[in-house]
Amino acid sequence: MFQNLSERLESAFKNLKGEARISELNIANTVKDIRRALIDADVNYKIAKEFTDKVKEKALGEKVLNAISPGQLMVKIVQDELAELMGGKEAEFNITGNPAIILIAGLQGSGKTTFTGKLANYLKTKKGKSPLVVAADIYRPAAIDQLTVLAEQIGVDIYAERENKDAVAIAQNAIKRAKETNKNVIIIDTAGRLAVDEVMMTEVANIKKAVNPSEILFVVDSMTGQDAVNTAKAFNDRLDFNGVVLTKLDGDTRGGAALSIQYTVNKPIKFTSSGEKMDTLDVFYPDRMAQRILGMGDITSLVEKA
Amino acid sequence: QKTKESFLSKITKVIAGKSTVDEEVLDNLEEALVGADVGIDTTIQIIKRIEKRVAKDKYVGTSELGKLLQEEIAEVLVDAPDQSYRNFDVPAGKKPYVILIVGVNGVGKTTTIGKLAHNYKKAGKEVILGAADTFRAAAVDQLTIWSERVGVPIVKQAMGSDPGAVAFDTVQSAVAKGSDVVIIDTAGRLHNKAHLMEELGKIKRVIKKVIPDAPHEVLLVLDGSTGQNALEQAKQFTATTEVSALAITKLDGTAKGGVVLAIANQLQIPVKYIGVGEKIDDLLIFDKHEFVDSLFKL
Ligand SMILES: Nc1nc2c(ncn2[C@@H]2O[C@H](COP(=O)(O)OP(=O)(O)OP(=O)(O)O)[C@@H](O)[C@H]2O)c(=O)[nH]1
Ligand SMILES: Nc1nc2c(ncn2[C@@H]2O[C@H](COP(=O)(O)OP(=O)(O)OP(=O)(O)O)[C@@H](O)[C@H]2O)c(=O)[nH]1
Ligand SMILES: [Mg+2]
Ligand SMILES: [Mg+2]
Repeated sequence: MFQNLSERLESAFKNLKGEARISELNIANTVKDIRRALIDADVNYKIAKEFTDKVKEKALGEKVLNAISPGQLMVKIVQDELAELMGGKEAEFNITGNPAIILIAGLQGSGKTTFTGKLANYLKTKKGKSPLVVAADIYRPAAIDQLTVLAEQIGVDIYAERENKDAVAIAQNAIKRAKETNKNVIIIDTAGRLAVDEVMMTEVANIKKAVNPSEILFVVDSMTGQDAVNTAKAFNDRLDFNGVVLTKLDGDTRGGAALSIQYTVNKPIKFTSSGEKMDTLDVFYPDRMAQRILGMGDITSLVEKA
Repeated sequence: QKTKESFLSKITKVIAGKSTVDEEVLDNLEEALVGADVGIDTTIQIIKRIEKRVAKDKYVGTSELGKLLQEEIAEVLVDAPDQSYRNFDVPAGKKPYVILIVGVNGVGKTTTIGKLAHNYKKAGKEVILGAADTFRAAAVDQLTIWSERVGVPIVKQAMGSDPGAVAFDTVQSAVAKGSDVVIIDTAGRLHNKAHLMEELGKIKRVIKKVIPDAPHEVLLVLDGSTGQNALEQAKQFTATTEVSALAITKLDGTAKGGVVLAIANQLQIPVKYIGVGEKIDDLLIFDKHEFVDSLFKL
């Protein structure tokens, strides 16, 4: 669709050769094109509007150098702005404390349990930690079995209580177990929940209160559409989470939800997940994400070529 | 409810007494539709339809406006050729009725199977489930729990075994038992992974070895909170397995699932079911008028 936004912008500016500065008039269509590209990538409608307005402001009056075309200049401004928005925050990962406590939360099916396994594996193999994963999802059929299988795969201990229907108590008991067995980091996998489910949102808020996590991560499916804003805001209001995990990036989604979430809650994306295997945990690259959202290859090299 | 009314009344106010739909109306409409994940292309097409209609009908009274909008949008959604699914009936001559469930990871396939089985059973049908997701951790355990909840048999093999073989066994066992409905679960897979998509094609071919015109239904499950990527999912799954119907899940949240308008528009696939929760009774037959209504709710 917008596989090549830069080309489109290029041609939009073809007949503007003589104009040396970007003006309100010659930029109108370009701004519209960019806004459309963002919305096609699932960036929230309102945010796309605000964002392109900001870009326009930046671009107005910019001198168009001979080296790059106005279209390319615009794309570059957009991309820098995007990358800054998504990467401007401190993204340290806090695993201090003994044990350090990490709480995982998010919507149904977003990838929490899989990520719990991946993170445990990462902390074990890359950070020399001894993790304990905790099955605090007491609702989903076979949720405990699923985490058990993953824990076995990566050789990490799991804490679960099959008969206990109190997720808060399970989380608290897990801390005791961690101390007894010398685990220095625990990762609590929680059930998927909708932001509008008051009872479930209260449950996860209560888990937070009871265990005082060093990190709370909000796990979100990168294919999410316009609703990403509502969900991120609601979870952040209740949990004041520390960071975002963007999953299923091995798909071909443009991932505009990443921008919407950053814009809305201003929390760093700390990890990305691109696959179902336990070793595919990645740190987040704002530049790559910006390019992906805009639906194009490496724009920087394009600009260099010109 | 409140927001839906305020949106429609806003539109109604601006449009009343005009023979054309002006910018303001269209902006409002665009915001509502795009904000519901309908996508820009389809939104523009819908807006054009409405412009045409208003031009033709000239003066549109305020009271008819809401209805007109509804109609034009609902028109985009296609109806299934066979309506027997509404009562969980099995179409004539298609017993056992084989349903293959497909979709990307985590959308709600297995849960939807549990709910479907429950509904078929309630309608007096003999149902059998096939656990052909032999990949995802504890996938078989999950479907087994659903089969126990519903009280229907399940055919399964060890984790890691060939999903085609499980599907084959399931359909064969359904034929032997004289079951009415077979529902086969498959592992979630992203549509851009060629080898995994090919595996689905193989499952389908294996089913045909037992019943040549099966699967009678290939149900693509879509997560209602997915954005424009759902269109690509529908395209790719259709290319491999000829998707015949859609189920949209998780509509009990704030997401609208508007992308199915784009899918219906481009691929003419009917939506049959919606998921509105995690419980056994949380499956509804898709109603397009209610759905269009919900696009404009908060
Ligand atoms: N392709 C791909 N699949 C993923 C990724 N992360 C998770 N999955 C798959 O997505 C599905 C859902 O993942 P889960 O980890 O069960 O999600 P969850 O958030 O724990 O789900 P609930 O507990 O039901 O809310 C599974 O099929 C996972 O294998 C990813 O990065 N890429
Ligand atoms: N709120 C809500 N949750 C749902 C609905 N349908 C499914 N879920 C939840 O979504 C999560 C994923 O559902 P599954 O049925 O495991 O999804 P799947 O497509 O089989 O997942 P994989 O097999 O891992 O690809 C579970 O936590 C379900 O309880 C729904 O309609 N509403
Ligand atoms: Mg889980
Ligand atoms: Mg499943």
